[in-house]
Amino acid sequence: MNISEIKTVEHDVIVLGAGGAGLRAAIECSMEGLSTGLVCKSLLGKAHTVMAEGGVAASLANVDTRDHWKVHFRDTMRGGKFLNNWRMAELHAREAPARVRELEEWGAVFDRTKSGLINQRNFGGHRYPRLAHVGDRTGLEIIRTLQDHGIHQGIDIYMECTGLDLIKDGDRISGMVGMWRDNGEFIIFKCRAVILATGGGGKAWKITSNSWEYTGDGYGMAYEAGAELMDMEFTQFHPTGMVWPPSVRGTLVTEGVRGEGGILTNSENKRFMYDNIPGRFAAETADSEEEANRWLAGDKDARRPPELLTRDVVARAIRKEVKAGRGSPHGGAYLDIASRRNAEDIKRKLPSMYHQFKVLAELDITNEPMEVGPTLHYFMGGVKVDANTQMTRVPGLFACGECAAGVHGANRLGGNSLSDLLVCGKLAGSGVVNYIKSINNNLNLNNVAIQKIIRSATDILNREKGENPYLIHEDLQELMQNNVGIVRTDELLSEGLDGLSNLWKKFNNVKADGASQFNPGWHQAISLRNLLVTAESVARAAKMREESRGAHTRVDFEGERDEWLQYNVVISKSNEGTMIADKVMRDEPDPELKRIAELSIEELENEVLLEKGQ
Amino acid sequence: MGLRKFKLFRGDSREGTMKDFKVEVDQGMVVLDVIHRIQSEQVGDLAVRWNCKAGKCGSCSVEINGKPKLACMTRMNEYSLEETISVRPIKTFPLIKDLVADVSWNYKQNKNIAPFTPDPDKKDNNGNYIMMQEDVDRVQEFRKCIECYLCQNVCHVLRDHDKKNEFVGPRFMIRLASLEMHPLDKADRIENIKNDYGSGMCNITRCCTDVCPEHIQITDNGIIPLKERVVDRYYDPIIWLWNKLFGKPK
Ligand SMILES: Cc1cc2nc3c(=O)[nH]c(=O)nc-3n(C[C@H](O)[C@H](O)[C@H](O)COP(=O)(O)OP(=O)(O)OC[C@H]3O[C@@H](n4cnc5c(N)ncnc54)[C@H](O)[C@@H]3O)c2cc1C
Ligand code: SF4
Ligand code: SF4
Ligand code: FES
Repeated sequence: MNISEIKTVEHDVIVLGAGGAGLRAAIECSMEGLSTGLVCKSLLGKAHTVMAEGGVAASLANVDTRDHWKVHFRDTMRGGKFLNNWRMAELHAREAPARVRELEEWGAVFDRTKSGLINQRNFGGHRYPRLAHVGDRTGLEIIRTLQDHGIHQGIDIYMECTGLDLIKDGDRISGMVGMWRDNGEFIIFKCRAVILATGGGGKAWKITSNSWEYTGDGYGMAYEAGAELMDMEFTQFHPTGMVWPPSVRGTLVTEGVRGEGGILTNSENKRFMYDNIPGRFAAETADSEEEANRWLAGDKDARRPPELLTRDVVARAIRKEVKAGRGSPHGGAYLDIASRRNAEDIKRKLPSMYHQFKVLAELDITNEPMEVGPTLHYFMGGVKVDANTQMTRVPGLFACGECAAGVHGANRLGGNSLSDLLVCGKLAGSGVVNYIKSINNNLNLNNVAIQKIIRSATDILNREKGENPYLIHEDLQELMQNNVGIVRTDELLSEGLDGLSNLWKKFNNVKADGASQFNPGWHQAISLRNLLVTAESVARAAKMREESRGAHTRVDFEGERDEWLQYNVVISKSNEGTMIADKVMRDEPDPELKRIAELSIEELENEVLLEKGQ
Repeated sequence: MGLRKFKLFRGDSREGTMKDFKVEVDQGMVVLDVIHRIQSEQVGDLAVRWNCKAGKCGSCSVEINGKPKLACMTRMNEYSLEETISVRPIKTFPLIKDLVADVSWNYKQNKNIAPFTPDPDKKDNNGNYIMMQEDVDRVQEFRKCIECYLCQNVCHVLRDHDKKNEFVGPRFMIRLASLEMHPLDKADRIENIKNDYGSGMCNITRCCTDVCPEHIQITDNGIIPLKERVVDRYYDPIIWLWNKLFGKPK
């Protein structure tokens, strides 16, 4: 193979991933005058962000004037069981309103309040109606707005191009090798910084709301390049995925259904969430149906129904009902909006849910309850970055969006991802701008490294025979579902790690049929490395954290352990090439942030009231 | 549900044919599920696009038994058990491989459209843009578009006459409509709509509206009102002058 025959393009920065985070980051870089390349695996506008339904969280205070960044911050910390990076959670809550307003400036059309402002809806764990939304297609609105704005900012877009691995000059990033999906040709990007915005890795599980793209490529690439992964044990199981028919098992049912008043019941027609209110949230949750009904009718003094508790709590409660034999016919719980709202409201507020169930499950949600169960949805963990710049420990390597760790701690609140993408996407862009100013220009591409990257891809096609990539993937999904699922034990996790080392062996001998032209089997095989890094890091981190916190549940170590609040589990690659997990002491929080997070809601509301009065 | 018969296009721009497959189909499956099963069990390199599997991303557009559809939202029980199901790539755009077409032309059209240009005077004292729901309902209808390009695929101007140099197609007519009808936008695209984007090429056959999976009233709510705006401007010199002097009414 002759490298000089491979096309090389040069940019200041390559943004890998064109979801909300990547687009926002690329816009920032380009606006600041950097030559920016945006690379994505799918067509532009098809990233996961397009599927987001419920809304984007920001304390605009359009619907409840008591809202304030401090309350959003407090909600986020409590939802994350205080494991969030304090500074990130602060920046996120402070800057979300400006980022949402900016979208309006770029053409987004959110649903309106009666007085013509951006409307906001209720969601789990958020004290007030806080999610700006467009029916149940908020992600589409956001990605299209960023896309339509971005294409006029001078960004060079490389779509259906897969990033394979990063190239370094010494310890600094100097480029990336990519592959065009349509013809299988390679391309070399020479650049001074890379922003990873590749999203999560849910495709390692069998029941998931994630698409083929979520193979943890950013995790794998960052890990190989020497960056660290953090909080990988915190994988969010969204409580409401479809369970029937089998072919759509895992497809998401938006939390917006519960935000609009939907209730969860078991086969005995009981609203079981009343029996599952954790102590920490008892003071802020309705304890009778009567109070929950008042809340739905708009009574500001009524507390929120328990269906809107955080996702980890609701997912575990549904699992418990099913285990106890009180599940729905296909092993889920009932989610009922039909008895709570009239048909016209449902179709207006939740049009795509209506359509999705009508077509895929032949069920009319304005008439009948849905059947729902937990589905792997989101990675709280990810690439470890600095809170202010989004840079990893590898100079020139940045990460943002779902791909990065920190904002959400042990559990993410709904709506906080879309806001995270916008806030941290912009921060990553600024981080790169400052970084590039600080370095000298002469970076080199390492040809040996490039050869190696290309060879590992082509070997998969050239092998005489070997393992079927689809089957390895199925085995992986089965293993993660069973051993690294919603409840974990040391035994299950150890067994899982053994299984993973077998799959690594198979992967080393994987063989894809056919030629290099648009070949999904080959693409699948290439992504297996990243899926395996992702899966192994989740399993190792989960084994290390001997407590239950947020989305990470260990039945052999029940409950939160104060000692563990002091640590993050950090994954990295050792010099010998093995994966290591470390317990890393967290930084002391800023005392002011700690104070805000620990105030009672009444105290904080009074403080905000005083502040707003001024 | 048993063994079903499928025909899938296999090949690239140089050569290709419809190939027969027999495949086991389970309850509740959509056409995309069956294609995936064929891919993982029989032909690992079968090319097909998809992402969301729930009708939200517009990636999986194909022609199923001659009808342009989203493969992820087409249930197998729409077809009788004996029927052979034929799946081809969308025809209007160049083929890459198997069921995947090169739709990049569409992205170029979008880039040629003048972007959203908000009028800063429409902000209130608190810096908020005020828009009433009833004033944005129509724009939101257009913004539901998932860019599946099924409408582009059926529009005879693009499909049969290949006038891609003269007409941006229904998808971008409603993109234009969403900008022109946006209460905050102050750019003027009417002249381009007539001269560059080819509004006159559409003869209102409504085929685009019929295939839109988002049920957007492309023709009646989008294209016809735009055509009217063009006619107003160019047939009525008085309105034209008035608009030049005082800005166009929204
Ligand atoms: C069904 C669903 C509903 C959701 N609803 C909500 C909601 O209501 N509110 C909310 O806040 N969050 C929601 N989420 C979560 C949220 O949508 C995601 O977390 C978020 O969109 C992730 O954005 P991102 O920019 O980080 O990545 P994505 O939007 O996933 O984009 C990833 C990008 O990386 C690219 N990529 C990945 N690997 C490579 C590679 N190797 N080479 C090149 N490109 C690559 C992909 O092509 C893609 O462009 C939802 C998620 C799902 C699945
Ligand atoms: S109505 Fe116009 S745009 Fe739509 S298919 Fe017919 S000619 Fe094409
Ligand atoms: S208008 Fe409808 S048919 Fe056309 S691209 Fe958009 S969603 Fe698809
Ligand atoms: S896969 Fe997204 S619309 Fe079919």
